[in-house]
Amino acid sequence: MHTYPAWRLWLVAVVVAAALLLALPNVFGDAPALHLSRDDRAAFTDQTQAAVTSILEQKGIPVDAAWLEGDRLVMRFDDVTQQLQARDAIKAAAPLEYLIALSQAPRMPGWMRALGLKPMSLGLDLRGGVYFLYEVDVAGAVKQLIDSMERDYRTLLRNERIPFTSIAPVGTDGVKIELRSGADVPRVTEALRKLDPLLTLQEERLGEIGSVTVRLTPDQIKQRQDFAIQQNITTLRNRVDELGVTEPIVARQGVDRITVQLPGVQDPNEALRVLGATATLEFRLVDDQNDAAEAARLGRAPLGSRLYQTREGSPVLLKREVIASGEQLVDASSGFSEGQPAVHVKLDARGAAQMLDTTRENLGRPMAVVFIEKKRITETDPCNGVRSGSECTEEEVISVATIRGVFSSNFQITGLMAGEARELALLLRAGSLAAPLYIVEQRTVGPSLGQDNVEAGFKALLIGLLGMFIFLGIYYRRFGLVACVVLFMNMVLLTALMSLLQATLSLPGIAGIVLTVGMAADANILIYERIREELRNGMSPHAAINAGFDKAFSAIADSNITTLIAGIVLFTFGTGPVRGFAVTLCLGILTSLFSAILGSRGLIHLIWGRRRKLEALPV
Amino acid sequence: MEFFKNRTGFRFMAQRRRWYAVSAALLLASLLLVAFRGLNLGIDFTGGVVLELSFPQEADLDQVRGALATAGHADAAVQSFGTSREVLVRLLPKEGEDTAAVGQDVLGALQSFEPGVQLRRTEVVGAQIGAELAEQGALAALFAFLMILAYVAIRFQWKLAIGSIVAALHDPILVLGFFAATQLTFDLATLAAILAVVGYSLNDTIVVFDRIRERFVMTRKGAPAEIIDLAINDTLSRTLMTSVTTLIAVVSLLVFAGDTLAGFAIALFIGVLVGTYSSIFVASSVALDLKLTARDLMPAQREKGAVDDMP
Repeated sequence: MHTYPAWRLWLVAVVVAAALLLALPNVFGDAPALHLSRDDRAAFTDQTQAAVTSILEQKGIPVDAAWLEGDRLVMRFDDVTQQLQARDAIKAAAPLEYLIALSQAPRMPGWMRALGLKPMSLGLDLRGGVYFLYEVDVAGAVKQLIDSMERDYRTLLRNERIPFTSIAPVGTDGVKIELRSGADVPRVTEALRKLDPLLTLQEERLGEIGSVTVRLTPDQIKQRQDFAIQQNITTLRNRVDELGVTEPIVARQGVDRITVQLPGVQDPNEALRVLGATATLEFRLVDDQNDAAEAARLGRAPLGSRLYQTREGSPVLLKREVIASGEQLVDASSGFSEGQPAVHVKLDARGAAQMLDTTRENLGRPMAVVFIEKKRITETDPCNGVRSGSECTEEEVISVATIRGVFSSNFQITGLMAGEARELALLLRAGSLAAPLYIVEQRTVGPSLGQDNVEAGFKALLIGLLGMFIFLGIYYRRFGLVACVVLFMNMVLLTALMSLLQATLSLPGIAGIVLTVGMAADANILIYERIREELRNGMSPHAAINAGFDKAFSAIADSNITTLIAGIVLFTFGTGPVRGFAVTLCLGILTSLFSAILGSRGLIHLIWGRRRKLEALPV
Repeated sequence: MEFFKNRTGFRFMAQRRRWYAVSAALLLASLLLVAFRGLNLGIDFTGGVVLELSFPQEADLDQVRGALATAGHADAAVQSFGTSREVLVRLLPKEGEDTAAVGQDVLGALQSFEPGVQLRRTEVVGAQIGAELAEQGALAALFAFLMILAYVAIRFQWKLAIGSIVAALHDPILVLGFFAATQLTFDLATLAAILAVVGYSLNDTIVVFDRIRERFVMTRKGAPAEIIDLAINDTLSRTLMTSVTTLIAVVSLLVFAGDTLAGFAIALFIGVLVGTYSSIFVASSVALDLKLTARDLMPAQREKGAVDDMP
């Protein structure tokens, strides 16, 4: 008979009980579900939930379970047919109120959800979906800043009534203001300083004329780049939300990259178009003093104007000054106005003030809406706009309308197709991208492949486990069966830990589990071999059990720690599949250490340790 | 059941020159294969496009190739994947091409003669990303080696640390050689497997070293070679047993987990075999040839590790 501290047995018992509870939600699997969020982005309440439920009750579509999750309503169905029927019914009854996403929801009972238990989250390779890796064009972000500086200075000098010959970007980090008279240089410097005291200015006088050059400091450039990436992440998140994807991931990766993971999305192209789109709007007054056809023939616009084309291809001259642009929009929605697709927009305070002034002063004159889209193209692709490197900026006038009344923040724009209006509203609402994005990596897994991967992965895991159990049982007899129980316990612990941490399980992750099962077996093997050895050396059974565990410990610890080091390095440096593998490997080592050292010993103590007479061990 | 009914008494150290020769030959062959034949790198490292397509019935690969050539992708590598209805198409990156659109392009070309074809998976990796992933992988491997070297040197002794690193380098090189010889696709998952092999091989080696340390401390007399032989024989049945259980799991992966993990499972399979071999025949021999003696592993050093006092 040998002793074993009771608290260790209790510890194992408590941990295993907790693990069983945490791992339990994984047993139930997933069922088809709908995720509903409100189009006006207000949170779902019990009333709105009741409204949706009554729609389905009328149609006689049974809902398996429904609950609120954050701002969303989740409804679970028995099968895909009901799920699709329900979606169509809600769409038909309330077409504009809800954003509906087809998804999966765990089938676990409600009390588990109430306890906050969650199953493991499955990676894209197991549930289907798309993965994008974007690179942010940080140089483009700086260029945008330079462009807006140029615009601001133009307005500034005009307001201050200082004559200038040109304002143009110099290099990649500056704007040069050339003045009619050198005497104005101090006034310009002062005005610029008032605008931003931190500017780096460079003055120059050449006889009569003079110039001031504004340069960005390296700090300002870096700040701008960081801002652009943060802003892009925010915008991408908003756009992803607008797409109605459940459990999306948008995260910065490295210096200038952003990863986007959209589980369940089947068509990468729709997502790509919406996420990467850089469409925006500008409002400008029409220059009706000059002849647009004449300007088009000459190929250049008169001073103070720019030449544009309408959708129909006819030329139109617009004033250089922008009244308001897409960045000043606070809300946008699509709808219809007099039977035509329209975008209803709402401007922020600054934009509204400018719009108010402009419309008041220009009643009866025409105003134009310019639709601007940036695309990435190759050398050979045509570009109907301004080409700069591999970027093509297309600008077209979508509508010209006479200002019939004074308006400020709320108005609507027509001249688009229905689909375009919807997409433009979405893009305007989600905010614009602060810098162009380029896709550098893209992975799509279809849902059937995801399902196949889950099935194949678990089948491999089960068969591997079973094979190991049989072998261990034959080789170590009853001690082998203890090892099987311990290995199973290890699986439960690992599942619980993955669920608790909400670590993502991917296909390489399943491979990692299979490998850790092999290594968890190793810890047991080390112990049993040692016990056998001690028995051969003539030790009594009880002493052999103690010696076996004690002497095997350092080997188990050292070997697992070295593997853990490898796992942690993989996790730190790796991405994608490597990381998925490293997560389960590392967690698996931790759980196998616990189960082999504490669990296995506790079990053996309970079975054999308390017997007074123990002639031989079944090992 | 037992692999060895009685204590084994193999004299591994006496024959170590022979095993050195075997390892040297295998290493040389592997390095030559990797250098001259090269690895068949997947798009994870080269950049490019991979499409997995599913046909309603058996796919005619020549027809697929023809359709792709008409669509301007004559360089596409087409092979069946898993079943005869699944087809894997691989395209190398082209300068200035919008890789994101290639997937739809290829699908369109194939749907023109077989409308039922479905896209099961697409992967598009920019050439630059590929280069970065390769660099990152190499960096991870290097860093893992250094960390493990440090750990083994602190916990054991530098001569053993060198031995374990030699074994840990030996194994992945042979696996790489195998991949170069068979021209199986080498992708990120395979790289993960190779790093897992390093972990496994170390695991095996450390267990032997642990016993060597124990033997040296227990048996004050006896030549180092004899003591090392004793330690390896002590752990021999454990080494084999663990290999068998791990191999059961790996074979199950290889057979049942599908083609996506096939490369991963094969790398692990070869790695476990080689790792078992190297922990028996290579790691300890290197330590012995570095003149490992009992004095290197005196108990004073051992008591530093407080973890030893646990259960």
